[in-house]
Parts: sequence; C-alpha cells; structure tokens
Amino acid sequence: MSLGYVLRRLLSAIPLLLGISVILFAIIHLAPGGPLDMYTENPAVSKEALEQIAAAYGLDQPVPVQYFLWLKSMLIGDWGYSIRTGRPVLTEIVGRLGPTLELGGLSLLISLLIAIPLGIISASRRGSKLDSTLTLASFAGISIPVFWLALLLQLFFSVELGWLPSAGYKSIGGGGFADRLSHIVMPAAVLSLATVASWSRFIRSGMIDVLNQDYIRTAYAKGRSERGVVIMHALRNAMIPAVTVIAVDFATVISGAVITETVFAWPGIGRLFMESMDGRDYPMLMGLMMMGSLGIIIANIVADLTYASLDPRIRYG
Amino acid sequence: MAETVLPLATIQPPQSYGRRVVKRFLKHRPAVAGLTFLVLLGVLIIVGPYFSPYSFDGQDFNLIGSPGPMSAEHWLGTDELGRDAMTRLIYGGRVSLAVGLAGAIIATFAGTLVGALSGFYRGWTDAILMRLTDVMLSIPTLPLVLLLSGLFRPSPPLLVAIVGLLIWMGTARLVRSQFLALREREFVEAARALGAGGARLMFRHILPNAIGPITVSATLAVGSAIMLESALSFLGFGIQPPVPTWGNLLNSASSWLSVAPWLAIPPGLLILCTVLAVNFLGDGLRDAMEPKE
Repeated sequence: MSLGYVLRRLLSAIPLLLGISVILFAIIHLAPGGPLDMYTENPAVSKEALEQIAAAYGLDQPVPVQYFLWLKSMLIGDWGYSIRTGRPVLTEIVGRLGPTLELGGLSLLISLLIAIPLGIISASRRGSKLDSTLTLASFAGISIPVFWLALLLQLFFSVELGWLPSAGYKSIGGGGFADRLSHIVMPAAVLSLATVASWSRFIRSGMIDVLNQDYIRTAYAKGRSERGVVIMHALRNAMIPAVTVIAVDFATVISGAVITETVFAWPGIGRLFMESMDGRDYPMLMGLMMMGSLGIIIANIVADLTYASLDPRIRYG
Repeated sequence: MAETVLPLATIQPPQSYGRRVVKRFLKHRPAVAGLTFLVLLGVLIIVGPYFSPYSFDGQDFNLIGSPGPMSAEHWLGTDELGRDAMTRLIYGGRVSLAVGLAGAIIATFAGTLVGALSGFYRGWTDAILMRLTDVMLSIPTLPLVLLLSGLFRPSPPLLVAIVGLLIWMGTARLVRSQFLALREREFVEAARALGAGGARLMFRHILPNAIGPITVSATLAVGSAIMLESALSFLGFGIQPPVPTWGNLLNSASSWLSVAPWLAIPPGLLILCTVLAVNFLGDGLRDAMEPKE
C-alpha cells in the first residue's frame, strides 16, 4: 500500500464532506420556522431584540451567505454557538462524546467477542443443527427493533427483577465501577445485538471460503490440530471481508445510539441530538450531523486501508 | 392450443425460469413460513377492523386515566385514553405496512433509475450519480430522517417519500453493477444494431435481466422502511397520534411500561415478526432467483 493511495483516499473525503455539508445546511436552513420561534410569541422579547439575536447568529443573512460564513468558520475550528445553551458547539459535542464512545466502544468489544466465536463455530459445523439455529437467531437479531428490545430489557431487569437501574449514566452520588457497570450493561447489550447477528454471518461465510482452500489442507496435513488451523491459519484471512462490514456498521451504531441513548437516558451525543431537535438548535444540529458523517467517512477509509494492508493481493495503484 | 402428450421416452423440455424459481422457493422453509405469515397478517389487517366492535380512535370514557388490563371485551387491554389496544394494533398494522410497502416501492424506483442511468451511460453521469450515492450513504440515516421529519413536519405521504428516498442507495449500487455487466452482452449489442435507443435498451432489454436482484432488494427494502418508520414514530417524529402505527403505539406504551407491560409487547412483537418474515422472504427469493450453481 503506497503512501499515495492513503493520501488520495483521504483527499477524496473532502468533496464528499462538502457535498454533505451543502445538503445538510440546505435542509436545516430551508425548513419552515426557525430557532427564534420560541421568542416570537414571548411579549417580553421586543422586535428589536429579536433582530439583534438574529443578527448575532447570522440568521438575517441569505442562506448561501450563511453557508459560506459557516464553512469559513468551520474550517478554522469554530463550529458556532449552541442557540440553546450559548456554549460553543464543539465544546458541547466533545463534552458529550465521552459517554457515547464508552457505550459504543463497549458494545463493539462485546460484538466482536461474541460474533467471532459464533461465526467460527457456525462455519466449522456447517449444515449442523447448531449452524441452522444460529442462522435463524441471526435473522431474528437483525429483525428485532432495538427500541422494543430496550423496553423489554427494562421491563425484565429493572421493573420485574429490580437488578439493574432502568436508565441513566450513574446513580446520584454514585459513580463507582460497579454502579457505572450496572448502568451500561443494558444499553450496551441492546446496541450489540444487531451487530453480533450480522458480523457472525460475515465471519461464518469468510471462514467457509477460507476453510476450503488448499493451504488449510496443507496445514492439516502438517499435523496441526483443528483448533490450531482455525485460529492460527484460517481466522486471519476469514476476517478480511468482515473488516469492511464492521467499519460500515459504524453507521448503524451511530444511528442506533440515538434510539438507545434516548430510551436509556444516556447522556451522549445521540441524546444531545434529540435535545437539539426540541430547541431547533441549528448550529448544534449542523455540528452533530457533520460529526456523524465524518465518523462514517473515517470508518470507511479505515476499512479500505485495513483491507488493503491485511490482504497483500490487493494493490491499489 | 391443445396440450401435446409427449411419449415417455422423450426427454422432458427444460422447465421455464418461473417454474424453477417457484420450485426452489418452496424448498426454502423459512421463506415459505415468512410468506404465509405475511399473507395471514395482510388478511388480518385488511379484514380485522370490520370485525372489531371498536374504532381505532373510539374512547370508552369509563376507562380513561390509566391503561386497562386484558379482558373479554378488550383482548389486549385499553390504553390510557380508553381506546381498545387490539383495534389500534391491527389498524396500526395497516399504517405500518402501507408505509413499508410504499417506502420500498419509492426506494426501488429511485434506486433502479439511478443505478440504470449510472451503469448504462457511465462516464460523467455515473461519476455524478455515484458521488451523490456516496454522499447519501455517508450521512447517518436515522438522524437525517429525524431532522427532515422534525423540521418539515411532513404529512404521512410526504413522510413515506422521505423514508423511501433515504434507503435507495443499496439498490442503486446493485442495479449499477448489474447494468455495467449486462450492457456488454451480445443481446444488447444486437438490440443496439437493430436501432434501439437508450431508454429502450435500458428498460426493455437490460432491466428484465436484472429483475432477480432487484426483486430481492425491493423485498428487503420493505423491512428497512417498516423499521425506519417504526423508529421514527417511536421517537415521536413519525406519523402522529391519534393515527396508530406500531412505532407510536410503542412510544405511548413506554410511559406505562411498569404499570401496563401488556401494551408494550404486542406492537414490538409484530414489528419483529413482520421484518423477520420479510427478511426470510428476501433470503428465499435470493436463493430461488439467483442460484449459485
């Protein structure tokens, strides 16, 4: 993999981001009504004051002018100020990123730890009862609505059994390891289920392709145990096609975070998004959407680069 | 024409494509089960409301205040406004399925059109359309739908269009790759030599040969559309009450979760079963229409 390819891949993200920003800006700013609606009906806010606020946020300018102003300041790292809280957008987002990364990271880890063994077992016992059961289960896993699963877990573990807190990041006054763990278990499980289901399928099919190859037979012929062959020889190559899917599923995790964080009152960027929707917080919504898109683009680039470096047969010119 | 009786010794003519597809499909048990479920569900939601003594927004004023339990009169209980939960569930199925089907149709049309133009004309058309596809794929879908729905407050038909226009990208990429391969085939060359124009080549000659993958992705799109609309309605940004959908039924049930769990279970179970049935159906169609022999 040449440095040129890496650079080209990174540069290709720029027009993509520009296109995304134009579409998002148009959607947000052409919508009827606006962030100042909540003041217009307030008799204590005079017309002059309203105009002043509009001018302060640049809302009195034509939309294309607003876009270029936004783009200019975005490029120097100024993402504007939240209309709801008055604090810088970037500060707000970074402040909320922690809990989301915590939740997303944990569910990614859980997904890999469960999906890889399931995929391997399914592939090496191909056609068995266990394999077809796992196939059916994975179909159910991708078909289950996450918000419903979240409600069921809350119903069972919080309402019925009372084992786990139904929502929140930590108890008031709490915050120890056990307390935080008890809060993160359910949202992480909900977020993991769909990814476990789809990744285990991809690892299974990757495994099946690899296990039929000659070098695997050679490894057996050399006298390696099945476990040794599967783990040392097959898994690495079987994971290559799965890498792309895993990265692309990043988008699902972001989308899923909006639902999961809402149901479990998790103070991450998904909830921040819902809060900003309520206040029609334009700069905040724009910042969050750009952040989400940037995440997906980076995940895709990482997938391509990892793919190229894992599989020496792939040579990008 | 009268049916010709073939002598036993004659070699059977190859079965038609359609017949082979049906035969392979019937062997895929989950897909058959899925189809059966969907047909039964279809009958239930079309006919069901006529047999219900309640209307979807009819209230029993004696039961207002908190959800009522399951009983002989109200099989699945009543909600906090004294409405019959089962009637709302069945009626909500109409709305959810209609949104799913219509959204999938829009997505399939849009995706097929973009993919066909891209794969057939290549060059600049392809470059522009595929960059547009990339852009759409890079924006997180659910937040984008929430944004559009929250800011524009669309009517239900417009909401369906929005849902459809956010899930066409997979179909577009698929159709494009089909068209790129098929446009080089001899039958296309022959049709071109006979003077067929671009539109005729695309939709008369190439498209029918790509119908298998398109059908599969259209089927799967129904599941995505139902799921997306449910999520949207669950978060309160979809179709608004009093019109019930499975998603907004779950939304209102979630505030009564500890008091009336019986309201929260049926809508989610139906979403799960429907999407599962659709996914099985798609899988069966894939095996039947695109055999990997």
